[in-house]
Order: sequence, then C-alpha cells, then structure tokens
Amino acid sequence: MSKVIYLDNNATTAVADEVRQAMEPFWTELYGNPSSIHTFGGQVARHVDVARQQLAELLGCHPVEVVFTSCGTESDNAALRGALAAHPGRKHILTTRVEHPAVLNLCHMLAKEPPLGAACHVTELSVDNQGMLSVAEMGNALDDETAVVSIMWANNETGTVFPVETIGAMCRDRGVCFHTDAVQAVGKIPIDLSAMPIDMLSLSGHKLHAPKGIGALYVRRGTRFHPFMVGGHQERNRRGGTEAVPLIVALGEAAELARKRMDDEQTRVPALRDRLERGLLAQCPDAHVNGHPNQRLPNTTNISFEYVEGEAILLMLNEHGICASSGSACTTGSLEPSHVLRAMGVPYTAAHGSIRFSLSVYNTDEDIDRVLEVLPPIIRRLREISPFGRGPEA
Amino acid sequence: MWDYTDAVKEHFLNPRNAGEIAEPDLDATVGNITCGDALRLMMKLDDTGRIADAKFQTFGCASAIASSDVLIDLVRGKTIDEAAAITNRDIAETLGGLPEAKMHCSVMGMEALQKAIAQYRGEPFETEDEGEVVCHCFGVTDKLIEQVVRAQGLKTVEEVTHYTKAGGGCGQCHGRIEEILAKVRGPAPAEPSPAKSADKPLTNIERIRRIEEVIDTEIRPLLQADGGDIELVDVIGTHVQVAFRGHCAWCRMRDFTMDGTVGGKLRELVDPKIEVEDVGGHLGDP
Repeated sequence: MSKVIYLDNNATTAVADEVRQAMEPFWTELYGNPSSIHTFGGQVARHVDVARQQLAELLGCHPVEVVFTSCGTESDNAALRGALAAHPGRKHILTTRVEHPAVLNLCHMLAKEPPLGAACHVTELSVDNQGMLSVAEMGNALDDETAVVSIMWANNETGTVFPVETIGAMCRDRGVCFHTDAVQAVGKIPIDLSAMPIDMLSLSGHKLHAPKGIGALYVRRGTRFHPFMVGGHQERNRRGGTEAVPLIVALGEAAELARKRMDDEQTRVPALRDRLERGLLAQCPDAHVNGHPNQRLPNTTNISFEYVEGEAILLMLNEHGICASSGSACTTGSLEPSHVLRAMGVPYTAAHGSIRFSLSVYNTDEDIDRVLEVLPPIIRRLREISPFGRGPEA
Repeated sequence: MWDYTDAVKEHFLNPRNAGEIAEPDLDATVGNITCGDALRLMMKLDDTGRIADAKFQTFGCASAIASSDVLIDLVRGKTIDEAAAITNRDIAETLGGLPEAKMHCSVMGMEALQKAIAQYRGEPFETEDEGEVVCHCFGVTDKLIEQVVRAQGLKTVEEVTHYTKAGGGCGQCHGRIEEILAKVRGPAPAEPSPAKSADKPLTNIERIRRIEEVIDTEIRPLLQADGGDIELVDVIGTHVQVAFRGHCAWCRMRDFTMDGTVGGKLRELVDPKIEVEDVGGHLGDP
C-alpha cells in the first residue's frame, strides 16, 4: 500500500512524538503508585499534578476540576449517572438525536427501569437540515423534573458546533446541570471554561494526539456529583482506581501541544479542509456538504456523493492509502445510514454516499492534492457502474 | 472493516462485467437507491437461446458489486433453464464466501436473475409480485424470506436480516419474521430438530437413518437445484463416505460443498462429530 494519507482524525488521531516521549519513563522506571507514602511512588504524583495543570490550561479551568477517566464514554457515563444520583427527585434527561452513541445509548439505558436503568424520561431534541438545534425548542423542553441536559459541543460526523454557551446559560437560569460531550471540540477550537456556563464536560485523549485509554471529565467546582466508578480515594473521591500514570502524563502533554498548536488548528487546518471541500464540489457534480456552513469544526467536512455508496468509495480510497469514513448503511453495520444524517433529514440517497474527511495538524497540501487527484475518478467510475449514475429514474 | 476475500476485492476493484447492453432480451432491476443497494441485470440471448452476453449496473457496497460481477460470469453461456438454477449460494461460493452480514448482496444477485427470467417467461415474479411485504423499511416480501430461509436453512431473525435485510431497520417486523421461520422450519418446541433431541447417543442404525434423512430432505434438494446430486456410500461410526454426482462431481467448488454444505448439515442435524469423506473419485464417474 502507498503512503497512508490519514483524514479520519474524528475517529482517532496519531499519537504525537512529544506525547510518546513524555510518557515513556512511566512505562519503565517510574512505575510507582502516586498514592504511596515512599518517595519512589510519591514522586510520580507530581507528574500527575503537572498533567492536570496542563489539561486545565487547555480548558481554562482550575486543576481540581479535572477528573481523569479511561475514555470519553466513561466520562459521559460518570457525568449523567453522577448528575442523576445527585438529584434523586429529578427523572428527566434532555439531549439531542445527534449525540454520539456514548450518550444516546446511555440515555436509552437510563430510560429503563432499575436496576439497569434509572426510570428516566428522555427528551431527544431534533436538528435542522444543517444539523443545528433550536435553542428555543431546547428551552421549552426544560422543566422542573430535568436532572441534566447533555448536549454535545460539536458533532463527530458533520462537525456542526452547537451554541453551548447559550444552552448553558439557559440551564443555569433554570438551575439545571449542563453536561457537554466535547470529545470532538477539545483541541480543535479554543475553549475557556472559566467564561462558560458549563457544569460538566467530557473529553477523550485519543482525539487530540494522546493514546487510547485515557479521558477526562471536567466537573465545575460546586457541581453536585456522585462518583460513577466507586473505589479508592483517587481523583478527590470522584473516580476510584489507581491512576493510569503514563496515559495521564500523555494526555497532559497532548493538551499542552494542542494549546501551542491552536493557531495552526484555527488557520492552516481549515484552509486545507476548505481547499479539499471546494475542490471536490467543483470536480464532482451532485455532491454537497452535510452540516452547518460556518458553525463547524475547522477540520471536518462531510460530503454526500449522490448515486454512489459510501463503503465502495472508502474501499477504493483505501487502495490509495487514503483513510476516511462514511455514514452509509454498509459501514455502520446496521443496514441503516447514520442516525445523525437521518436526524438532519438528509435523503437516504445522499446519506448512503456520504464521506467524512477529518483533518489534523499533521495533514499537508500534498495530502489534499492526492485526494483531489484520486477521488473524482473514483466517483465517476462508481457512477458508471451504478444504475442511477445519471440520476434517479423518473 | 469487513473481512472480504481476495476474490471479492478483485471483482469489486476490477469488475469485468459492468456496463449496459443495447436492446437486451432480459432486463430487470431489483433493490432501490433508498435501501442502499440496487442491481440492474441485462442479458442478450443468441440464436440457440443461450445467454450470449450479460452486463450489470449496481449501486451498492463492495460485496454488492462483486456479487453482481460473478453473477454475470455464472450466467454467461447458459440456457435460461440452466441460469434459473443459479442461487445466491453459487454467487457466495464463487467469491470464496461473504461476511455473514453481507449475504444479502448475493441474494440480491439471485433475485435479479429470477426476476429477469420470470419477466422473460411472462410469469409473475413470485418474491416481488405475489408476496406480502413484511419488512417495510427494505420492501422485503414473505415469499423472499420463505425462499431464503428454506434454501439456506436459516434459524434466527438475525440470519434472515443478514440474508435479506428484512428486519434490519425499525425492527417492527421481527415478530412476523419469527412466524415465517416457524412456518418454514416447523415450530421449534413441537418439532425439535434431530440434533436438539439427541440427548442420548445415537445407535449406529439410528445414525445411518438420520444421515439418509438429512441427505434426502436437506442436502440433495440444494445440490439438485444446481444440477448435481449426492450418493451415500457408507457410514463407519461418525465417518460418512459420500460421492457427488452430476454437476457437483466436477464442480470446482466441490471441496467447499463437501465440507461446508454436506458436512455442515450432517454435523448440525445429526451429530457434531461427523466427518465426511468424498469417495466419488473411486466410482468411475466422469
């Protein structure tokens, strides 16, 4: 296979060299337990503190507000279950139809009766054809029973960015806890939690050039919270379990790198993304962008190529070493296309041919040139094979 | 990531039979763009009634395109009657197998072929025209589900979904699919399959009788559909000797059919310890 051109950074990212180097000693000589009394173990705790500080700086929060977890999914579970436990009289969860399965399936579980669920009533807000939710509709759905509002910062499939500041302010007015799944937003857009009415925020290390297996939950000071993972006193009694020191150090380093690279992420990455998007739309008729035109992550473009099927496109791109993803049925493994595109009312004909490119600071102009050279002939070829290649029959 | 065979990849990346035929004698489309896959099959007959040329156009994933491409290889040069005997199993076997969840791609090939032939003969296309739509998400009729359940020996709703897509959307038809499974296979508790009732070990006589029964009712009809046949030669404990006849005897998928279909059915329905041996070569057939 030729050189890999990796344009699937919303799925996972490369571990940065700096990150790999930073965590290296903690796999070998610095293996102590940060809770130990002896110096050998105790010295490690200092590095966990540094990582917490690094992550707090990226988020614009206080280090004590950072709880390390194993992944974004755990953070989401901790947030929602923690909020429910802290508000025993309230049984309503407000979320959206386009959340990641980590939140959506969790809400479906919480809607079940105990012991599996919490007998909650779940409201899923709809979105418009650009993937945007209505703040007014959201406000109307809030009630005195609402225990927690969980709305993602940015959508993983389309990159559409929700107005979390407005949403958070409405929650605060009503005294409702607001959690945001910011797994796709952290590291890609500037975040300053000190100025945001957000009570809890989930993030995942492997989306910002740290390894898989580490995440974090931000819990604003003063937020009522009960631990999800119960055990030792680690993380100020908010998450039991011996700290994954090498991974925590890695996440700290990745957060610092993300902070340093934020300018690049805000300028060069969207320039590459826009060139890719414009080039593909210019060369491929019957193609259009799914998602919001400007309220969108700088690295993401989701394009539907009508009359062709996404898995076929991906596997042909794969032959050229190009990695992307699709919301088509054949790639979701469920026979139905992506729940996000369906919620947006994207016609099935377009959803089946949707391809998501998600860039990172490691992408180059050459990568984009290569996709622009390779993909249009693939679309033409698949349309030649397709009975709908000239458009659907009347 | 799907685990596709090299044959699937080759037929997907370099399909040889994609295209259109001007004024085809047979021309049928199954599936539609909303469902995520569709196949148009075109065939041209020569003066003797053989399929002189065939082409396909497919909208779908890699396995749908690969299934279409081998379908054309399978029908070319055959008479209509011969082509009518081709099943999705032939398509899947020619591809060296498909992932279970992609078997519906091979079924789509078979459906297109059956539809084209039914239209050519002026007959109703049973699975589309006469059936009752069970799965509204994917427009699948009870006739198609029954046909595939019978031919493939499907047992669960999940398998039906893998092979026909029925039940893969909203899931409201799962109860109806259960009913079809029960109708075709007999209600499970009242009429358990031989393997399930085998609480005590089989005697030799019982084992031989059951092997004969399974060959007659489950295996021979499948092989005969492809112009083949099978003969039981001997049973030594759990070692079963059989010989292929007809098309099966010189089929290049012979080993696959022997272990996968014959051995698989016997292990499933008679005794999980059964091994089959192909002794057909010793009996002097061509």
